[in-house]
Amino acid sequence: MSKLKKEEEYRKTGSFRFFRWMKGTKDPYIDEVEMQQGTPHMDSHTLEEIMAEEYQLRERIYDHERNSALRSFTVVYRIASVVFALLLIVLMMYLVAGLPRIGTVDRPVNNEVSQVYIENGIQDTGAVNVVTGMILNYRAFDTFGETCVLFIATTCVMVLLMKKEEEIRSNQSLNDRLYEPKNDVILQKVAFILVPLIFIFGIYVILNGHLSPGGGFSGGAIIGAGMILYVSAYGFDKMQKFFNEKTYTIVKVTALVTYCIVISYYLYMGANDLENHISLGTPGMIFSAGIILWLNVFVGTEVACTMYAFYALFRRGGL
Amino acid sequence: MEYFMYILLAFLVICALAVSFTKSLLNAVLVFMSYSLIMSIIWVLLESPDLAITEAAVGAGVTSILFFITLKKIEAIRKTQSGEKGKENE
Repeated sequence: MSKLKKEEEYRKTGSFRFFRWMKGTKDPYIDEVEMQQGTPHMDSHTLEEIMAEEYQLRERIYDHERNSALRSFTVVYRIASVVFALLLIVLMMYLVAGLPRIGTVDRPVNNEVSQVYIENGIQDTGAVNVVTGMILNYRAFDTFGETCVLFIATTCVMVLLMKKEEEIRSNQSLNDRLYEPKNDVILQKVAFILVPLIFIFGIYVILNGHLSPGGGFSGGAIIGAGMILYVSAYGFDKMQKFFNEKTYTIVKVTALVTYCIVISYYLYMGANDLENHISLGTPGMIFSAGIILWLNVFVGTEVACTMYAFYALFRRGGL
Repeated sequence: MEYFMYILLAFLVICALAVSFTKSLLNAVLVFMSYSLIMSIIWVLLESPDLAITEAAVGAGVTSILFFITLKKIEAIRKTQSGEKGKENE
């Protein structure tokens, strides 16, 4: 239902048809379909009565002393589980015994890949830290998959646990700060000193990822931990002043989409033997290593948002 | 240094066993936290500081907090217990 257009006009637009198809009121192949929401059958029974009946039934079924079938089933089940576990162990041992021995030269692990990474790493990626060069340049596509997994994970948690803002505010049982000592002085003072330091350290780890140990994932986790510390000291109201659901959405989607664009450009140019216009710079400088620095920033923001979102969604059901 | 490594590995095994054998869920989470910390020291000794940072931040920090909140949500931590304070400790 659009507010800007009139009803008849809106019916002619493509978006109306799209949303109608999404809701399932019209199938493009079969024509109009009547969709009616079914009402749950709740006759005269209340929920308690149904639950009581259910419990009675359960007690009758799971009565160990009288139900001999259940007793024999329990015995068989235990024996079968032990046998199954032993079989699994034997199978795995057998497979492990078939693997090539550790330390021999002709193992599949001992191929030229690691040698090439170590020798050509700096020329190819421009990163002094070979590990970051590997995961964000040679294998940047894998890391993109991991970032997508984080995104999907938070989306799933949101689907399961997200509640509306008004609902959180009105429902006091969800507001679990209610029974806590509200302004814990020690915690607030510690957070006042520590949170900026944690943030700066996290940003350092992210931005220095191609020079020193660290990188997007670890830095993002550190920043996320700092945000969690801040929120547990000062509460969600203060946190929402600079990080609410809107900021979260913008930051997270922007990071993922930009990552996707950068990596697509990089892979397309590389696959077609074209020269890309991202200069590698001097190895060892902060603005060097081409895409790695920027990919670190995107991965870092993504991870930080994920960590904080998990905490907030678990704690109060909203960001 | 080798003996230090052995001590750490022994602690690792003890922690791993203790997690599965403790009755209290809160203790299990705390032991798991120390498992992660020992693991991060081992990563440093194995010369992979990248993993050590991640292990310390994720394993000891964020996962434990998520476990604490979950325990609180399913009311496995009683209000009088000191679980409230462990959660705030980041």
